[in-house]
Amino acid sequence: MFPILANAAGALPHIDGYVYPNEQNLLWSVLIVVYPYITGLVAGAFIMASFVRVFNVKALEPVYRMSLLTALAFLLAAPLPLLFHLGHPERCMEMMLTPHLTSPMAMFGFVYAWYLMAVLLLELWLDYRHDFVQWSQQHTGFKRFLYNTFTVGVRDVSPAALKLDHKMSLAISIIGIPSAFLLHGYVGFIFGSVKANVWWGNVLMPIIFILSAMVSGMALCVVLYMFITKVRGEKLDIKCLDVMGQMLFYALVADAAIEALDWIHRLYSAHEEIHVLKQLASGKLFYTLLILQALLGTLVPLVFLGLGQVFPKKISAAARTRIYGVMAALILIGVAAMRWNVVIGGQLFSKSLRGFTTYKMGMAGHEGWPVAALLVALPFAILFVLVKLFLPQNPPESMSPAPSIAPATPAPAS
Amino acid sequence: MSNCTSRRNALRTFGGALAGILGFSAAKTAKAVVQKGLVTTSAPKGYDPTKHKWLMGFDIDKCIGCGSCVDACKAENGVPQGPSYFRTWIERYIIKKPKPGSGDARGETIVDSPNGGRNGFPPSLVPREEILKSFFVPKLCNLCVDSPCVQACPVGATFDAPDGVVLIDPKYCVGCGFCIQACPYGCRFMNPETKVAEKCTLCYHRITRGLQPACVEVCPTEARIFGDLKNCAPEDPIMQFIAKNKLQSLKPHLGTGPRVTYANMDKEVR
Repeated sequence: MFPILANAAGALPHIDGYVYPNEQNLLWSVLIVVYPYITGLVAGAFIMASFVRVFNVKALEPVYRMSLLTALAFLLAAPLPLLFHLGHPERCMEMMLTPHLTSPMAMFGFVYAWYLMAVLLLELWLDYRHDFVQWSQQHTGFKRFLYNTFTVGVRDVSPAALKLDHKMSLAISIIGIPSAFLLHGYVGFIFGSVKANVWWGNVLMPIIFILSAMVSGMALCVVLYMFITKVRGEKLDIKCLDVMGQMLFYALVADAAIEALDWIHRLYSAHEEIHVLKQLASGKLFYTLLILQALLGTLVPLVFLGLGQVFPKKISAAARTRIYGVMAALILIGVAAMRWNVVIGGQLFSKSLRGFTTYKMGMAGHEGWPVAALLVALPFAILFVLVKLFLPQNPPESMSPAPSIAPATPAPAS
Repeated sequence: MSNCTSRRNALRTFGGALAGILGFSAAKTAKAVVQKGLVTTSAPKGYDPTKHKWLMGFDIDKCIGCGSCVDACKAENGVPQGPSYFRTWIERYIIKKPKPGSGDARGETIVDSPNGGRNGFPPSLVPREEILKSFFVPKLCNLCVDSPCVQACPVGATFDAPDGVVLIDPKYCVGCGFCIQACPYGCRFMNPETKVAEKCTLCYHRITRGLQPACVEVCPTEARIFGDLKNCAPEDPIMQFIAKNKLQSLKPHLGTGPRVTYANMDKEVR
């Protein structure tokens, strides 16, 4: 059995058993929990959007633009937790300017820049170009200036040009899916590549991160769609919600299966660390791992979303809507707990496998929970602005991509 | 803006900007490569790292856990005070007798390192008659051949010097802490004052001037054996230590190739 002697001579109160002296205080705080959470939401929201473009899932049309804007809002906020955490944030650009190529972390800047500039902004711009031209004619003052700027001077909205836009946008969507996988798979690899840490060093880690990212991003889209529609007093498109619920369910099945496989493999192969991991799961991570992540964040949504798949006709539309909303919220909490369990959980036990330390979220300082909460709230604030600017309540005719090819001339001001 | 800007032109502008950034990055990388050759360490002028290969060994049977080495290290290197910042520390292993009738070869293992062993060790809480055996294990950077910390550093601030020492350039470290997570031995910490990663340098400023590391210098029992494998005679302590002992290293299964070796190490040591 794993030997623990609490209050061994000279031990500190927050230590159980033995941890190496340098490991007594956690290095990566709640900010590093926020980072993969936000990045995952980006990847998931983008994949939700790409179902419309790449796989031509017409039912998801109402959430296409919202998903892309969500991805953008969260991507803009994604580097901040990392930056706040650095000991020397003023040297952060060295990671891009003089990257050490054997380090997965050195790839952050490139993966991020690629995803932001080559995928997300380009796809959004191509999709919105026609609207920018229109809106810049409809509005006056600052908004006119803004929309004019966003056109980058490209005002050609002839059918041929719009057709080309659509084609390019499709190509970028296709590139975007592996890019989204890269964005979050890479985050998983940062943890999965740490062979020193038995909880992190795991070949499945990037896959688990990608799948949980898809699940969380889709869940966020469900919640945001319901919220925005309700605030605007519009009618929910139940067909769209049903498809989102279906996608969410299948993604969750894959995610749960791979995470279960991880645990089954760990328990069965039972390497030397298994006693520590069992103690971790049943002790310090009991609430976040078993209750929040496994039970409320995975099992309950699996059952309820699954019921909706098996008995689609027996559950009323109103009940289905409620199920989707509640389950998506639970999934969002569950994935946040999963990030916590990985990042914080991986630092709670000693690499000597002989003891545990404790983490208490601080209040003050740049690594306290108020800052973390602000960083989680920030993308929602960005999204609020983006929605105000780019998701008008009464969408113009060119909202959906198909008819946007049709008009031969710029639509007149309404 | 003119009305005739085409997407192609706009894309070209973006592409140009991107190429500019990448070009700038390439130039900076080239500069960094040159800098690497001229990197300033605490070594004196004229020191040639390719002509040395430093090694540290420990004879566990000789360590008495007095803590002089930890104290000397803190003083010599200005290591932050406090119980969670150590370039070197000592662990005390107490292996209890098995419970009567249990059929086990040994009882449970209890490890502690109060204040890194800096002030020595208080009497164990385990009654003397229950102790099967007890010993001390000094720890420091394992001088890995394939250092996971060097691999993980995103900017190359930590590097393998040709003389076998793993060093950190504190002026380049961004303080991300990835190297600390990557070290399987817990040998690195984030300096709370300088906000950069820190670790044992084998007292690089001393060894490059022909002196011993501070911890070796003060060890009263010669439990720490230090030497230069490229410049030593067979009768030198490090060569004798290697020749006469059965040596082990910590966590060899991780493939980090730790060069620091231990004599008389028991299986409980991790």
